[in-house]
Amino acid sequence: MAALKRNLPAVCKHTVMIVGVLVTIFPFVWVAMMGTHTRSEIYSSPPPFYFGDNLISNYERLLEIMPFWLVLWNSLYVSILGTVGAVFFCSMCAYGFFAYRFRGRNVIFGIMIASMMVPPVLTLIPFFLTVRFLGILDTHFALWFPGVANAFGIFLIRQYMTSSITRDLLDAAKVDGASDFRIYWSVVLPLIKPALATLAIVMFIGLWNNFLTPLIVLSTPDKYVLTLALRSVQSLANSPWGAIMLGTFLSMVPLLVAFLFFSKQMMAGLTAGAVKG
Amino acid sequence: MTDTTLADPANGADISAERLARNRKRAFRRGLMPWLFISPYLILFVVFTAFPLIFSVYLSFQEWNPVTGLSGMRFVGLANYTQAITDPWLWKSLYNTVWLALATGIPQHLIAIPVAYLLVAAFQGAFRHLYTATMFIPFITSTVAISLIFYTIYSANNGILNQWLLALSGVPVIGIVFAWVPEAMPIRWLGSADLLKPAIAMVVIWKYTGFNIVIYSAGFLTVSKDLYDAAKVDGCNGWQQFWYVALPMIRPFIFFALTLTIIGNLQLFEEPFILTAGDSGGVSQAGLTAAYYLYLVGWEWLEMGSAAAISWILFAFIAIATSVHFYFNAREGLEGHN
Repeated sequence: MAALKRNLPAVCKHTVMIVGVLVTIFPFVWVAMMGTHTRSEIYSSPPPFYFGDNLISNYERLLEIMPFWLVLWNSLYVSILGTVGAVFFCSMCAYGFFAYRFRGRNVIFGIMIASMMVPPVLTLIPFFLTVRFLGILDTHFALWFPGVANAFGIFLIRQYMTSSITRDLLDAAKVDGASDFRIYWSVVLPLIKPALATLAIVMFIGLWNNFLTPLIVLSTPDKYVLTLALRSVQSLANSPWGAIMLGTFLSMVPLLVAFLFFSKQMMAGLTAGAVKG
Repeated sequence: MTDTTLADPANGADISAERLARNRKRAFRRGLMPWLFISPYLILFVVFTAFPLIFSVYLSFQEWNPVTGLSGMRFVGLANYTQAITDPWLWKSLYNTVWLALATGIPQHLIAIPVAYLLVAAFQGAFRHLYTATMFIPFITSTVAISLIFYTIYSANNGILNQWLLALSGVPVIGIVFAWVPEAMPIRWLGSADLLKPAIAMVVIWKYTGFNIVIYSAGFLTVSKDLYDAAKVDGCNGWQQFWYVALPMIRPFIFFALTLTIIGNLQLFEEPFILTAGDSGGVSQAGLTAAYYLYLVGWEWLEMGSAAAISWILFAFIAIATSVHFYFNAREGLEGHN
């Protein structure tokens, strides 16, 4: 009894957290379970709260209602290209702002910061029209390319450069006869790896989960990315919910697995702006 | 005279002129360098942001169905704006947006701040990380996937939420609280105008509270132990340490998190869109947010001119909300940070 009394604060604080954790993971457990049930099981009352044995038939049904692996590949393709592109182009632009003093630099940098305040909703319609005008409507290119040199990434990396690279280092490299591009590529890039990793995490997650851009850009089902494909089967007549839930679950698996291994980096990356205050 | 010699590098007498030209060329190349480095941003910014923004101002004074091509554009003056502000759906959507912004924004922070404080004050190492990381998971998963899951959880006849409420009403003692449930069955979470917004709000709260917990944890971690010790010496109890020491110190974090919430919530689109299955904002447009309305006008009704006008109205709205927030909170929020 005395031991319980002593441990009561510990029990209480863990209880609070465990409630939070249960509320958080319940939908994930739920979707995994639903992916293993038939439609009639899901619609029975009460619904089953255990794993069923219809995983295989749900999987087959899923492949009937959408080209699941093709769509997953599309998501992967768009996310990887966008991420690699952003790491390259954002760091390049950031280097331009960091290493040189030139007329107009501060003005352009200021405009760039201001452009981060523009809500994406405002640019949605004009973005769509531009994409249409350029003839890249219904292409994956329109999903990943326009964001490869984005203000957030450039700002993030430039800030990191100012805190981690000294001007002396650049001057020393110049004296050694390195070309401008070579200084950026062989001297600066290796030193800013943590910032590049942060940007890569933010970009990949953003692209993987993006729904609004694919929704307005893509129209061919074979080009759909995961988010759009899942949405497109939501309103089917007699929706095969077991199959849809299986697809939903599978679409979340890559990021969940990545989070298992890189939770610290991902949390730090996605809250990067906040921690700096 | 110099012109001809410059053109003839073999002429040894004019080496200095030649060198001058070479230097000038090199200087030009040096001057060009930074522009080369920032050119990706400049090009993409002009093509995909600056030009579209300017074009959307122009477009908001035109009537245009994109199917007709650029030639189908017709100048209509302010008609798009007057039409938009006389459309009851716009006002409904703005009302819904504000309703949802408040109903999701306030609870998020009221939950996240104490939980983060508890995490930092009472846990460390593996447990703290495990709890924080788990509650962060919703933030990295796609809103579409999450909304689809909740779409089934909310299902009226056999959704697990209703079934659990029903089961709770049968439990002794706490059952009294849920005594109203059996009569209310089936509760149409997504099918009634009164419940749709709370249902959407719950998803948003569920998704973003963990993110705020991580931000506030980072904030509380910046508060030095000495401050708590000093407060303890002065006779502060646990609650006073939280209220008078910790909370004022994390003001910049509160300010930052609130800014993100305000900007994000006013653009809410995916949760209501999926939970209403993309069907005109759900029953009597109770789930129609401003961004959702914009999508309907532009892509379902194909009135790009009106949609452009609406996006500027929405922009003004977000700008006003953000400036009000900055006006009241920025000084304190930024001053607290040392």
